[in-house]
Amino acid sequence: MGRRVLSVLEPDHRSGPGLTRRTDWFPVLKLELEGITKRFGSLLANDHIDLVVEPGEIHSLLGENGAGKSTLMNVLYGLYNPTEGRILVDGKPVNFKGPGDAMDAGIGMVHQHFMLIPVFTVAENVALGNEATHAGGMLNLEETRRKIREISDKYGFHVDPDALVEDLPVGVQQRVEIIKALVRDAEVLILDEPTAVLTPQETDELIDIMAQLKANGTSIVFISHKLREVKAVSDLITVIRRGKVVGTAEPSASTAELASLMVGRAVSLTLDKEDATPGEKTFQVTDLKVTAANGHRVVDGVSFDVARGEVLAVAGVQGNGQTELTEAVLGLQDHVSGSIKLEGRELVGRSIKQVLAAGVGFVPEDRTVDGLVGPFTIAENMVLDMYDRPPYAKGLGMKPKVIADHARQKVEEFDVRTSGIESAVGTLSGGNQQKVVLARELSRSLKLFIASQPTRGLDVGSIEFVHKRIITERDNGTPVMIVSTELDEVAEIADRVAVMYQGTLMGIVPGDTSRDVLGLMMAGMSAEDAKAQPRTEHPMETGGPAGIDDRHDGPDDESGERGGDK
Amino acid sequence: MSAPVTSPQGQAPELDTVRDWKNPIIYAIFAVVGLVGFAFNAPGTTATFDISAGRDAVQLAPVVVPTVPVGWACALILIAIAVFSFLQTQAGRKDPRWMPIAYAIVFVVGFLVWVVGGANKTDVSLVGLLAGSVTMAVPLIFGSLSGVLSERVGVINIAIEGQLLAGAFAAAVAASISGNVYVGMLAAAIAGVLVSVVLAVFSIKYLVNQIIVGVVLNVLVSGLTGFLFSTVLSRDSATWNSPPSLPVIQIPVLEHIPILGGILFRQTIVGYLMYAAVIITYIGLFHTKWGLRVRSVGEHPKAADTLGIKVNFTRAHNVMLGGAVAGLGGSFFTLVSVSQFTKDMTAGQGYIALAAMIFGRWNPIWAFFAALLFGFATNLRFVLSILGTPVPGEFLAMLPYVVTIVAVAGLVGRSRPPAANGTPYIKG
Ligand SMILES: Nc1ncnc2c1ncn2[C@@H]1O[C@H](COP(=O)(O)OP(=O)(O)OP(=O)(O)O)[C@@H](O)[C@H]1O
Ligand SMILES: [Mg+2]
Repeated sequence: MGRRVLSVLEPDHRSGPGLTRRTDWFPVLKLELEGITKRFGSLLANDHIDLVVEPGEIHSLLGENGAGKSTLMNVLYGLYNPTEGRILVDGKPVNFKGPGDAMDAGIGMVHQHFMLIPVFTVAENVALGNEATHAGGMLNLEETRRKIREISDKYGFHVDPDALVEDLPVGVQQRVEIIKALVRDAEVLILDEPTAVLTPQETDELIDIMAQLKANGTSIVFISHKLREVKAVSDLITVIRRGKVVGTAEPSASTAELASLMVGRAVSLTLDKEDATPGEKTFQVTDLKVTAANGHRVVDGVSFDVARGEVLAVAGVQGNGQTELTEAVLGLQDHVSGSIKLEGRELVGRSIKQVLAAGVGFVPEDRTVDGLVGPFTIAENMVLDMYDRPPYAKGLGMKPKVIADHARQKVEEFDVRTSGIESAVGTLSGGNQQKVVLARELSRSLKLFIASQPTRGLDVGSIEFVHKRIITERDNGTPVMIVSTELDEVAEIADRVAVMYQGTLMGIVPGDTSRDVLGLMMAGMSAEDAKAQPRTEHPMETGGPAGIDDRHDGPDDESGERGGDK
Repeated sequence: MSAPVTSPQGQAPELDTVRDWKNPIIYAIFAVVGLVGFAFNAPGTTATFDISAGRDAVQLAPVVVPTVPVGWACALILIAIAVFSFLQTQAGRKDPRWMPIAYAIVFVVGFLVWVVGGANKTDVSLVGLLAGSVTMAVPLIFGSLSGVLSERVGVINIAIEGQLLAGAFAAAVAASISGNVYVGMLAAAIAGVLVSVVLAVFSIKYLVNQIIVGVVLNVLVSGLTGFLFSTVLSRDSATWNSPPSLPVIQIPVLEHIPILGGILFRQTIVGYLMYAAVIITYIGLFHTKWGLRVRSVGEHPKAADTLGIKVNFTRAHNVMLGGAVAGLGGSFFTLVSVSQFTKDMTAGQGYIALAAMIFGRWNPIWAFFAALLFGFATNLRFVLSILGTPVPGEFLAMLPYVVTIVAVAGLVGRSRPPAANGTPYIKG
């Protein structure tokens, strides 16, 4: 790697006596990982990894899906025992027997999948494991509430200590996780893909929070697949490929450089695709209304159509009815009115099995809940919807050999990183699980393809691949509908964009509409008004609207972005 | 992910009403039962309820109620509630929370007046009825607390039946040999713990399906105690199976309070321990550090683990604690109600305790009331068969359960078990 900003990591890079000792007025901690190796059976997830996190530094980890980032962090946090290697805190070797030890040493972690107890309040979640008590072990939640308010005020979190966690939006849940770490005086905070589930505006807020934490002396290990964010926040970037550190980079490195270092080959960050040649409009949705079980009208009179050979992207901030819209098509929603027609056949009122049989391929938003059966093998998951028919079954029996061959071929084709097709899907890294779902859905001939957040949690290389596959499906003449909260993704693959806000469509615009216009529409402005607006600046270039959620008016909100409410 | 649409401008999102007609229909059906039974078929006599026992400080006159007007009044109230519920549902509103409880009370009053008025002896002691219910409920309450303690950490406890039976057996034998009831109680608790140790080892360490382990344990304990009973205990019951009884402890002054005194303050030590156990478990679970950790382990063990809480250790601990509680409850059979052990004497009470726990939504206080309701149902059957009603005994025995199931399953609403209940925790 002879590039200017990249340096191949030497084993002794920047080690030596700790730069700064801990002092009372400015807590700082230096963290060193030496030769960390972690095996899962025959799989080498981490291979002699060296990493140094300097005090007060934001250190990003970049790597493909399954590269071993989460595993490394779980070792650092005491959840996994390393097979080899050691951890040093302020130059002294430590031996973490469990997360308790890591927390005592000043390490806090916000996991990729949140570790909050949904039925507990914020205060109970924060107190757990670190309880303030009165005499006799009686809980002193008042003390915890006070601490939460203190931290909340300091960083502008706006978290109500008495709210039930399950009622909170993901962005706020994440702050609760950060509070959990701060209450325990974490001096190193690990954030494992914190932005994967956030709206663009929540991401901007998180980036502000990280800057404040850093200003207070907390070091941060940041994991993300979004190169733009990584470049915006990092002091130093370490790249991991297949369990090994392959190099470090400065944040000034270009996105393309980072991407190729990560994947090991050149990645084209812009998709080259032919213009769409839309054919017959075979998928039509007319005046669709969906009512949720709690009585809220979540989709309110939505009409659109998708032509053969065209990608329609449904953009919008999470929770504006997109999920329910796709579920209604699949027959997963109970209270649906209006009409959904595929090649002239009405889908409303049909069972899921009938809808799938009609040729609908579906990638659900939450793969672990709706897309996969965790304990089943990869091979079994690949045929979940086809196990009972030829060529995978004959009569009542399944044909294991055919199923296995099929799985091997798809694992190869979709580049699923695994030790074998007999591994349980639950042990795959997040991104590889997503590839299994895609492989299954795209391996039969379809009359309609719907994907919700198809690239959530995927690395750049996989995103490139998935986008190509979606375009291939389009060019085969399948109508494609994508639901995405990522404006980058929408801009990349959409031929037309429908923006959804509070259950209604704000308009359907061409795929090359500017991010600003889309952002304003996502905040509830009609297409015409949005186009008439002057251009605005976005703080971190992550795009998307700010000020969607009235619960957290941060000081940084720019009035120009506050939708149409002037 | 069906997050409701939030509106930044503050206007309420449009509400579409999803009407649920279940409650009004259930109310209406039972209102018709009340109308036909309590009102049209009122026996025309009077029913007498004695509300003072001889020892009470203030002697209150018995309540004599005419069956016809009371029957009609109850039926009309039931109808009124049903109509009100229909209107509420029509308007898309939810019933107030007190309604199922009020409805159940009115129905039970109507039923009691009707059934006592129609009996050969139209005079019943209300205190006796209620005190008897508490007595019947004691092992159920201990059993359901065992269930709560175990399932709150995520281990399904079907073995309550076995724990009760082991406790009953151990109490009888230990108290007989030592001649000391308290040794019997201690032995009962230990026997309960031993049963739980097996449950804990197999379900937590060896990851065997928890329901299967529980059922197997019940069969095992039943077989083992039954075998020992017929081979050892019944050969020489003077040595092995004639435990002394626990004395009734009357709390001075308090026991003389009308109605309540007889119910609450004339108990054996096991009865008082029961109240203490309910309160301690409740406070422990919801207001202490211990309880917070216990509940976290049952809801999201992985999250608890990331906070340094030892999941499987906490689980094993609690399952054993539950065993001690249920074992102690088992001693009630042999040291209080019957002074000897007989084969399978718990007769499925452990399963009823499990039902009480579920109906009580894994909450000690609600499980306590659910168990009382079952105790009341069981006791009512005995009292009524003594009074001699014309209603067939089997039907009487069944009716309170029907009411309970309808009221709880139908009207109280969905209850949510701890999220990780039944799922073993394997560290990654
Ligand atoms: N508990 C486990 N048992 C077996 N294999 C595991 C386990 N956890 C992770 N792995 C494997 O270790 C490898 C590294 O996984 P890890 O979750 O660390 O990847 P990652 O870099 O975080 O990827 P992503 O970006 O997709 O989250 C993967 O191949 C995964 O399948
Ligand atoms: Mg990961």
